[in-house]
Amino acid sequence: MNFTLKIWRQKNAVAKGEMVTYAVSEISPDSSFFEMLDALNQQLITSGGDPVAFDHDCREGICGTCSLYINGRPHGPLKGVTTCQLHMRSFKDGDTIHIEPWRAKAFPIIRDLIVDRSALDKIIQAGGYVSVHTGGVPDANTIPVPHEKAESAMDAAACIGCGACVAACSNAAAMLFVGAKVSHLALLPQGKVEAAKRVQKMVACMDELGFGNCSNTYACEAECPKGISVVNIARMNRQFLAANLLSEREKVVNISL
Amino acid sequence: MNLLLSSFSSLTNKVLMALAGLFLVTFLGVHLGINLLLLNNDGGRAFTAAASFMGTNSIIKVFEIVLFAGFLLHIILGMMVSGQNKAARPSTYVVSNHSATAPFSKYMFHTGIIVFLFLLLHFFDFYFIKIGLVAPPDGIASHDFYSRTLLLFSTPWYSLLYIVCFVALGIHLNHAIQSAFQTLGLNHSKYMDAVKVIGSVYSLLITVGFSIVPLFILFYRH
Repeated sequence: MNFTLKIWRQKNAVAKGEMVTYAVSEISPDSSFFEMLDALNQQLITSGGDPVAFDHDCREGICGTCSLYINGRPHGPLKGVTTCQLHMRSFKDGDTIHIEPWRAKAFPIIRDLIVDRSALDKIIQAGGYVSVHTGGVPDANTIPVPHEKAESAMDAAACIGCGACVAACSNAAAMLFVGAKVSHLALLPQGKVEAAKRVQKMVACMDELGFGNCSNTYACEAECPKGISVVNIARMNRQFLAANLLSEREKVVNISL
Repeated sequence: MNLLLSSFSSLTNKVLMALAGLFLVTFLGVHLGINLLLLNNDGGRAFTAAASFMGTNSIIKVFEIVLFAGFLLHIILGMMVSGQNKAARPSTYVVSNHSATAPFSKYMFHTGIIVFLFLLLHFFDFYFIKIGLVAPPDGIASHDFYSRTLLLFSTPWYSLLYIVCFVALGIHLNHAIQSAFQTLGLNHSKYMDAVKVIGSVYSLLITVGFSIVPLFILFYRH
């Protein structure tokens, strides 16, 4: 198969970027999108050019490292897959493919197609954890967890933190990410204790980092490679409201020596 | 007020906007009920009685202030949140987004602006005349909303403009109602589908209901 590629090239974080056109030929329909880009880079290296920088790691859809905004959609045209699981058979021979980096104020471009997604790590650091050591794997049913809660928590925990939700959102909001991270901990007994504080801290951190607001277009859900539902955003909203309106006031003990 | 609102969390802003919006949605239902009295063939007696009740009842007077506050809050927050959203993506994509979205959800700001402009026009046409800020047209008393309505709707271009504005409002509400529920955290597989259907039906009723009045006056009474 032959393709015309229009790829965003940007030397560094401050340089001005632009779309550059390349041609690749004799690509197998069974090659992955990254194998196609590898072929392009080999071609560029051979001809003394500068290879295109892009993020990738496991190449099996679980690490959340790959990104790419392909023809106006994060992770390309397929539903429920990451860019690394996309194959060239999903395109037509002779297609022109536009490849851009994720774009958001909170995701500054480092080079070409690579963006800095450490903003998502900062949100996790703000509250996406359980503070106490909860021990090893307990015997079955020592801690009662209703089946449907365990399922919902697992569904939310499927988030790989790739940032496609932010990339797809017309407001560059991270609501689906934060909603998933808040949900998967709050639904389980170990995470419930800190649930109120967690949602307040994570939302405050998200706002500070410059992510947008939610206008419920649900583009995030449509593009999430792990099928995270916007029900998690509603749960976050509900918990945030409850945390602000109903949570107990903290008892301050003054100890004078 | 702007400074106070901008210090709120993104979620608080959205909750306030949703609550104000839902209040405005209920108000629209009441307003439509009164407007439909214009279809009564009684020379505007029922409509005038309802309008004067709304203009004089003291409980309604208090609600009038709440209503203005609701409009103001919803509009200011809408502008502010939209500004923040634009700022969250300083450099835009070369290829515009092709992701599947909820119907009309991307046009809330645009339809909101149309409704806001209509609101201003509506104030000049009725409310400002009633409170004496704007002089009424010749031969019509400042509180005679019935004659004023007949006069306005007998102009075809005005009726058309009015209907276009209510189509925009219907598009706005179609997303707004279910969106408000989601923002308030009320999304559950048990009832969310029902909320979406009821929201769409309600917004359709608002558009059709309000549009019937000018059409009726133009083609039937005129």
